[in-house]
Formats: sequence, structure tokens, C-alpha cells
Amino acid sequence: MRIPLSWLREFAAVPAGATAEDVMADLVKVGFEEEAVHRPTEALQGPIVVGQVLSLVKEPQSNGKTINWCQVRVVPEGQQQTLAGDGIDASGVQGIICGAHNFVEGDKVVVTLPGAVLPGDFRISARKTYGHLSAGMIASVRELGIGEDHDGILVLSRIGLDPEVGTDAMELLGLYDQAAEINVTPDRGYAFSIRGVAREYAHATGTAFTDPASKVQAPAALSGGYPVKLNDDAPIYGKPGCDRFVARTVRGVDATKPTPPWMASRLRLAGIRSISLPVDISNYVMLELGQPLHFYDQDKLSGEIVVRRAVAGEKLKTLDGKERTLDAEDLLITDGSGPIGVAGVMGGAATEVSDATSTILIEAAHFEEVSIARSRRRHKLPSEASKRFERGVDWHVAHIAAQRAVDLLVELAGGTAAAEGTDVGTPVEPVTVQLPAAFAAERIGIDFTEEQILTSLQDLGAEVVRNEGGYAVTAPSWRTDLETKEDLSEEIARLVGYDKIPATLPVAPPGRGLTRVQQQRRRLVQAFADAGLTEVLAYPFVSKAANDTFGVPEAGAERKALKLANPISEEHGYLRTSILPGLIEVAKRNHSRGFRDLALFEAGTVFLPGDTLGTGSIPPLGARPADEVLDGLYDGVPHQPLYLAAVLTGHDSPASPAHTPRSWDWADALDVARLAGDVLGVELVVSQGQHQAFHPGRAAQLSLRTGEVVGYAGELHPKLLAAHDMPARSVALELNAEALFEAAADVIVARPISGYPVATQDVALVVAAEVPADEVLAALREGAGELLEDVSLFDVYAGKGIEEGKKSLAFNLRFRAADRTLTADEASAARDAAVAAAHERTGAVQR
Amino acid sequence: MTETLPGAAPNPLDEAAITAAVDQAVAAIAAASTLDELKAVRLAHTGEKSALSLANREIGALPKDQKAAAGKLMGASRGRVNKALADRTAELEAENDARILVEETVDVTAAPRRRRAGARHPLSTLQDRVADIFVGMGWEIAEGPEVESEWFNFDALNFKPDHPAREMQDTFFVEPPEAHLLMRTHTSPVQVRSMLEREVPIYVLCPGKVFRTDELDATHTPVFHQFEGLAIDKNLSMADLRGTLEHFARQMFGDEAQIRLRPNYFPFTEPSAELDIWHPGAKGGPRWIEWGGCGMVNPNVLRAAGIDPDVYSGFAFGMGIERTLMFRNEVGDMRDMIEGDVRFSEHFGMEI
Repeated sequence: MRIPLSWLREFAAVPAGATAEDVMADLVKVGFEEEAVHRPTEALQGPIVVGQVLSLVKEPQSNGKTINWCQVRVVPEGQQQTLAGDGIDASGVQGIICGAHNFVEGDKVVVTLPGAVLPGDFRISARKTYGHLSAGMIASVRELGIGEDHDGILVLSRIGLDPEVGTDAMELLGLYDQAAEINVTPDRGYAFSIRGVAREYAHATGTAFTDPASKVQAPAALSGGYPVKLNDDAPIYGKPGCDRFVARTVRGVDATKPTPPWMASRLRLAGIRSISLPVDISNYVMLELGQPLHFYDQDKLSGEIVVRRAVAGEKLKTLDGKERTLDAEDLLITDGSGPIGVAGVMGGAATEVSDATSTILIEAAHFEEVSIARSRRRHKLPSEASKRFERGVDWHVAHIAAQRAVDLLVELAGGTAAAEGTDVGTPVEPVTVQLPAAFAAERIGIDFTEEQILTSLQDLGAEVVRNEGGYAVTAPSWRTDLETKEDLSEEIARLVGYDKIPATLPVAPPGRGLTRVQQQRRRLVQAFADAGLTEVLAYPFVSKAANDTFGVPEAGAERKALKLANPISEEHGYLRTSILPGLIEVAKRNHSRGFRDLALFEAGTVFLPGDTLGTGSIPPLGARPADEVLDGLYDGVPHQPLYLAAVLTGHDSPASPAHTPRSWDWADALDVARLAGDVLGVELVVSQGQHQAFHPGRAAQLSLRTGEVVGYAGELHPKLLAAHDMPARSVALELNAEALFEAAADVIVARPISGYPVATQDVALVVAAEVPADEVLAALREGAGELLEDVSLFDVYAGKGIEEGKKSLAFNLRFRAADRTLTADEASAARDAAVAAAHERTGAVQR
Repeated sequence: MTETLPGAAPNPLDEAAITAAVDQAVAAIAAASTLDELKAVRLAHTGEKSALSLANREIGALPKDQKAAAGKLMGASRGRVNKALADRTAELEAENDARILVEETVDVTAAPRRRRAGARHPLSTLQDRVADIFVGMGWEIAEGPEVESEWFNFDALNFKPDHPAREMQDTFFVEPPEAHLLMRTHTSPVQVRSMLEREVPIYVLCPGKVFRTDELDATHTPVFHQFEGLAIDKNLSMADLRGTLEHFARQMFGDEAQIRLRPNYFPFTEPSAELDIWHPGAKGGPRWIEWGGCGMVNPNVLRAAGIDPDVYSGFAFGMGIERTLMFRNEVGDMRDMIEGDVRFSEHFGMEI
């Protein structure tokens, strides 16, 4: 909401020298955030004065144009020029070249004298042009930054002005005024008006306030006006869409009369374009009193006005020239011809006020918030009117606003008010809230005095009755947001000042610290960073293709994923089922910035919808839903586990003296994945993996002991890398961190440490090339029995001395007993048992 | 160097000859400048063919009464030589060791980096830092899903259907619309879940990712992080809210940090306030900076969670982590936090 200071001053005691910044600094104390300052003088500087064209000589030019060589008087006749400066003629008459032709000798115009600055840093100076010294400019509204019209210069008589020559034109046009722009929160509809803001300014500064409504002399009752019927047969939430409709008629209006500059200036500062006098008046009254109005050309109306819901499929051509198909929920203003407006949102084109209009019917109605909000959203028609109706308008201001519009039409458009008028509807019942005496003090933490409570509430316009338990408070009609004792406590705190609230530190009961999962997550993320990887946070928005590739191992299978109804871009229209697409994008971005050796990771949520998706309805607010309803809500929320993924590309370190960097390879990806298992104390079972995003021969599938697959690690598929413009041999891993957390032991049971000597045995086993080493190792481990402390693979060999299609695996077995020193025979026997088991399971033969 | 030609053995009783041989040996030992030279000297002067060894061997042939004197002379003489040898050996070995160390000198400024720590994302580190402060105050950390039921995100928080406040939070909706699922626009649904799932009194902090349909620019991002606090207990007031925020602000910004509350509106709190922080170390000088929103929990929110607002009251607050990082650590452009440029995380390392 933009507040022109001159307007605010009419109703509030704003100090003469106060700037828009000063006003905003006061308003912020009562809850209106500062947004911006609008000050024409920041782009416009004088001398800019009223001049009269004394003579005008048309001079055709060789380029086909005709220019006017004008002599313009800029000081009253007989007086001396008091301004001095380069190009300012002491005689008071300036010679000026002007290209426009919409004026004649004798016209009064706006002259920007040498030294003036116009918007766009356009500096006026005397300059030689078309063979003359042109000392100034005759300005158009566009050049002054006060309008769009560029067809000709501003002739003051055409906006109803006949000022004395030499008058400061900036003053005349309201250009010294300024506006404070504040943010109005959605609960304070009343503050979308000068009336509301002036009252708040008075609250903030403790100064006097004059209600603009009190300055309007509106008749107490109206009758005999244009017939209007309220006929809402489908109220939303049981509330009728329209509960008041005031209609007033003004006849003999000249709609072509100019809008006076004071009004145009205030509208402009308020951010509203001047269109025509009637439209400007309706906007002016809305800004002043907060009541949106609509003006009809009464001669274009036919029969009774009925406010009703639309019939589905009904059509209306709105003011913006668009034909709109109406919804059965739209509240309409209709006459004998059908719809003539979507109530509170936009009027119809057919009954619009035009230059030819002479009889205006003013509508000042009160519409229900939700109905307006839905129509506005449905038709995507945000308007100044709907903005106010959606937030609540004062029921009791309608007839006053109508009267104010009547007065202005009479005064400015030469109309005559009809004595009769219409006012139908049912008043909104005021709500009285019981405020217990100590409630505000307890809620806010300030020991409010009774006087503070009473004064604050009365200043708001509330009626307060002291009673036994505290106060019975009836909120003023414009404060429909004040419905509870909590609302009232805020108002008291706000008017007394939030800065008076003391600080006390409540002590929480003894807490349990981080949960186990929170600790596990931290440890995991920290371990990856400690291991040299860089944490990044990518957006969770991905393409369908990315989910179908990374989210599911089998090529061609579709990944079930959540689709956004309103994504940022269609190509990122889905929620991720894998972290990898985002990491690859980040990797590419780093590449493009010259970083080719990367180890990136992210721990983040993936979205894995199951069969149930949401709930068909949602319970109402303000009450705890029944258990089964709550269960439905919980169950409808898709599974969203934490995944951990990394992408490694390029080298493990920069090249340096005596150090050759190593290219990241599939084993690094597997290593990092295993690190996650190590950190959490979860054994990861590695097997040859098949996942469409990975190289078919260089990927590991990682599982828990239970067989649950928890991730993949290895080289990304060469084709995928090429398609993503990623370096060949880039590697990656992804793990279901949540599954790892769950698999981690709650308590780790200690194992006794034997002090007896170790007996080491090495074996070389020949197996078929395709047998995974891990399988042989597992067989050895089982076959070796209890004496085995550890077994590890230390060499793989194929080639000379080994049969084609076979490989030799060398293992180191460490034996130790808990209670004695092992004999060589015992160790050998255990080794032989291990080898036998390996032979049985994998066909391994000792070399 | 020392030339000792094999010759006749000196008489072991000839003190002058023996002394001369010893002197000669000692001089040769002193003159040896390397361990190899010293070895040659040792062989020449103490080897089997050396004068002293030969003389020593002659003792056996001497008459009995002369043996003792000769033995004494020879013992002392050989002792002198051996001591000189040992001393010189130690000297040369020490010199040799020192020389090797000098020769092994490297340019430490040209060292390779084979092992490097990676980096945490500062948003993630800051989130941990905030959590730790509250855990230290006895609060617990609560979390919830990022795709959420509309009820938890709006209705339970007293956002009336069709109210403009619902649109202030430009929401990503999940298809199909009739499922009433959305991407949470704030972490407040976690507050509702906490109230439903925990026993009062409740003191929880809810950090996490939130989503709004803003285009990415220097100050906006469609995905960002918040932390929200919620306290539900008997007799909590706005003074308790202020005290909690003040304490927290000082942990984050130092003992001189101050906070300011300004009236504002949120559907889920009443009264509501905007929270500003006085940041003494702000870039460009100390000033008030908008930090977040807060207020006393609206009774309708308590009711939605089955908590009796006549018995319990509560306060809540919420701040943006990106915003906190922006003014606490002088990050000028939101995009730096989002794009994943490794320079951004690596500059912070493991700390903020």
C-alpha cells in the first residue's frame, strides 16, 4: 500500500517536515513493514514553471517536419525574471523550439527552463537548434513522468487549470508530494486505505486522528433507488456472497471532464494510473475509505440488478475485453441482460462507463471474502477491489463511500445527485470477546495497567465494557480480524509497544540430546567430508528420464516418482528418486568453471511414493482429527528416506613434485561406499552389480547381511557419461542411508582379545575367472572354523602358469586361539578345512 | 697416507721405538678423514703385520722377568692406539650421519598433498551449529517429511482455506491435486507432528529443507533451509520467547547481539512478531537485520494437536539458514550456496 503524505496529512497529524522515511519508521512500530519510497523530485528538478505561449511561428524543415518557434512568457507580464542562470532570459520571455502541434498562441503550458532535470536524467539547457537558440522545453506529461500521453504537450486548460504565468508547475501538479509504501499483512484489510493507515499512524505516534468517514455527510437511510436484489442460493461456508449493496445515481455527468491535478497526483503516487474522471473518482474513494466501488452507465442497465451465483457455462465479457466462462461458484452482478460483472473482481464491458455516459450508478457493496478470493484465483484477475474484499472490508462504510463518490461526481464531473438511493442487505453482527483481566499480561509478559488495556482497545475503535472477569470487547466493524482474546492481547501489546516486552529464559526439561539417527547422519556426512569429499546440496527437482535411469536398476523400467503440479521448469518436473542426477549436474557446472578433479557428495531426501498417495480430503482446522483420520494423513505421505551419494571424476589429487595423481576408478567408489559401512558399523556385502546407470562389468551391488540391497558403487555407464558430457571413467555410488542406520547394531558386544601368538598361513587358490573373490573368501572363512581370526585377499594373478580362463587368488589366513598357543598342525588342519570348503563351494584348487 | 711397510718387529722393550710406532699410529688415525681411510689406518697400525702387533707377538719370546714390563708397555701402547681409533671412529661416524641428513634435505615448500580433508556445505554445518545450541539448552531436534500433507502444512497451522495467507507461501503442489500433498513451505508441519507425537512440555527445534516457487536469483531460491523452534509448556509468555531468542542470538552473533520484535502476522501465532537482530559485525557497519518470524502459538494450532490452550501456551519462531549465513558470514549471493561450486564449500572447510 502506497500512502501519499499529503493525503495522510488530511487525517493524521504528520509533522510538516516529515519525509516518507519518517512515516515508515513510525508505521513499522505498529507492524507495517517498510517497502519503498516514491518521490517524484528524485527524478525531477525545477525550474519548471507555467508559461503562456505569446507567439508561435511554424517553420517547415527540409526533412519534412514542421517545427514551432515559440515565444513563451514565463513570468507575469510587467514583472522581472527573478531566476538567473545560463539560458534564462531576463526579459521573462523564452524562445523555445517545439515539435508538437496540439497548442496555439495564448495556451498556458508547462515550461522546463534551462537548469531543470527531467526523468531519465534529461537535463534542460539552452541549445542551438533549427537555426534558433531554444532556451527550455514545453513539456508533455510523459516528459514530466506523470503520464503516458506523448502525443502532444500538456495544455493546462485541458486539465481544468488556469494558473498565473510563472507559477511553480511542480507545486501545481503535486510533484513535491511523496509516498511511503508499506507492506500490509493479510489480516489487516482495513489498512489498504488512507483511513486505516492514518489511524495506525495515530496509534504509532500517539497523535490525533480524524476519521475520513466522519467528514462525509451520508443520509441515514436510502430508498427508492435502482432496484437491487440479493439472491445467493449457494453460499460458501454458509455465508452469503453479498450482504450489503448500496446503489446511488448521479445524473448529468460529463465523463470527459479532466481529473484535477491534485487527484491525479495522489492516484499516481498511490500507484494507480489516471484513466478518466469517473474511474479516477471510484479509485480515489476506494483508496481513501477502503471500499471498492463500481460505476455503471445506468442507461445501459436493463431491469433489476440481481446478485446471484453464476450458472455454469454462463459468459461475460469483462472490462479488459476478454470473454470469460463463469463457474457456478462465481458470484455475479446481473441485470435483465444477464451477467454485468463478477462481483468484487471485475465489471463487464457492456455496462462500462464511457466518455458518453451521463448517468452513473454507483455500486458500493460488501462481498464475502472466500467467494471473492476463489473467483479472483479462478479467473486469474487480481484487482485492487478483490485484494480488499478478500481481506475484509468494513460493512458500515459502504453508504459513506457511495456518498463520497456522489459528492466528487457532483463537484468534479458536473453531475446532480439523485435524491433516491438503494441500500439492501443485513448488517454483520458484531462479535464481543471476553478478555479476562490478566490474560494479556500472562500472554505477553508485561504487567499491563488497566488504563493501558482500556486505552489501547478504545484507540482501535473497540467498545470496551469492564465486567467482573475482565473486559467485554466489541471490535470495530473494520477489524473483522479481532475474534479472540489472543487477538486482543496482540493489539494491546502492539499499541503499548513490543519493545516493552521483557526477556526471561524458560528452562526446558532435561533433554535426550540428538537421536541415534541424527548422530548417525552427522557421523556419516562428516566421515565423507573427512575422507576428502566435498558436500554439495542440489535441488531435488529432476526430469522423468533421470528418475527412470538412476532410480531403477533395470533399463526400460519406469520409476514411480512424484510429479509436481507447478514445477519451476517442465524439464525438472519430478522429485528425485536418486541423488545422482543432481550431483552430475553439479559436477558439470564445476567442470564448466575449470574444476576437473572432483569428489562430490550429498546426503539428501529421495521421494519414493508407494501405492497410497495423500488423502482425498483433509480435516478442518482448529480441532484434533480423529486417530483414524490422522493415521490416514500419516500413511498418505510418501516414503522419503535419506540417501547418500557421491560422484568422483578426474584425479584424486593435484599433480605435484614427486607425486603422480591417480585417476579415480571404480574401486574408489566402492571404497567410499564401504567407508559408510565402516563408520556406521554395518557390514556391506559386495557382489557383482547390474544397474543401468553403471558400467555392466564395473559396478558393485551393496547389500546388508539380510540380503537387502542398499546401493551401488562403481564406474558410471560409458554411454551415460557421454550423454551427460561427463569425463569417461567417472565413478559414483549411492546408498540408502536410512537402511544402513537401521542395520547398525544398537549395542556392540565386545569380543575377548587373545594374547596368544598368531599363526599365519598363506594359500593360493585357482578358480574359474568368473568366480568372485569374495565368494572364495567367504568359503574360506566358514571352512576355517573358530580358530580363524582374519582372512584377506592379497593378490590376484592370471597368466603364465595358470590355465586359460582361470585365475589364482592368494589369501592370507590368520589363526589364533583364545586359550593356547596353536601348534603348526592345528593351523594347517584349519587351513586345509578352509581350502576344502572353498573347493567344495567354488571349485578352488590349491596351487 | 700411512705407509707401514712390513719389516722387522721392534723390540717390545724398546720404549722409544714403541712410542714412535704409537705416535705414528695416532697421527695417522687423526689424519684419517673418512671411515674408509680410518679402516685402512686401522689395518696398517693394528693389523697382524703392523709394528705394534709384531712387537706384541715378540713378548712371548722374552725371558720371564722381562715379560711383565714388556706386557705393560705394549698394553698401554695398544690401549692408546685403540682409544684413538675409537674416538676417531665416533667422530667420523657422527660427521657421516650429519652429512647424510644434510644430503637428504628436501624443499618442504614443494611438498605434494596426497591426503586432503574435503568440505562440508556451510548450510549443513550451520544447521548443526544451531541444533547444538538448542540441544545444549535441553531442547530436542525434530524432523519430518519434505513432501507433506496439506493439512500439516496449512490447516493444522490455522491457515484458513482460501485465505490470502495461504498464497503468500508460493507452494509447490504434488500431482494429483486431490491427494492434497505439497512440498512443505516451512518446517512448521514438524511442529504439528511434534505436538501430536510428544508429551507436553515440548521444547523442540525443527531444522530442514523447505520449498517455495521462487525463481533463483541473488536473494531467492526455490529450495532453502529453515530452523523453527517450538516450546509448549504451562505459563509461557512472549517474554519467554524474547529471552530464548536473545540467548540464541548471543550464541550465534556474540554477547553484543540484541534482538527487536516488530508486530507482524502469521496465521499460526497470535501475537506474531517479526524478529530483527542487531548485528554488530555486519558488513558495512552495525545495523538491524530482519532475521525471522515468531510469536505465541495460536490456540487453534494447539487444538489441532489436541493440546488444551486453556492449560498450555507456547511460542514458536523460525529463521532461514541461508539468510543467517548470508549476513553472518557475508555471503553476497544466494546462488553461491545453491550451485555446488566446490570453491564455496571448500573455502569453509569443516567450520563456519
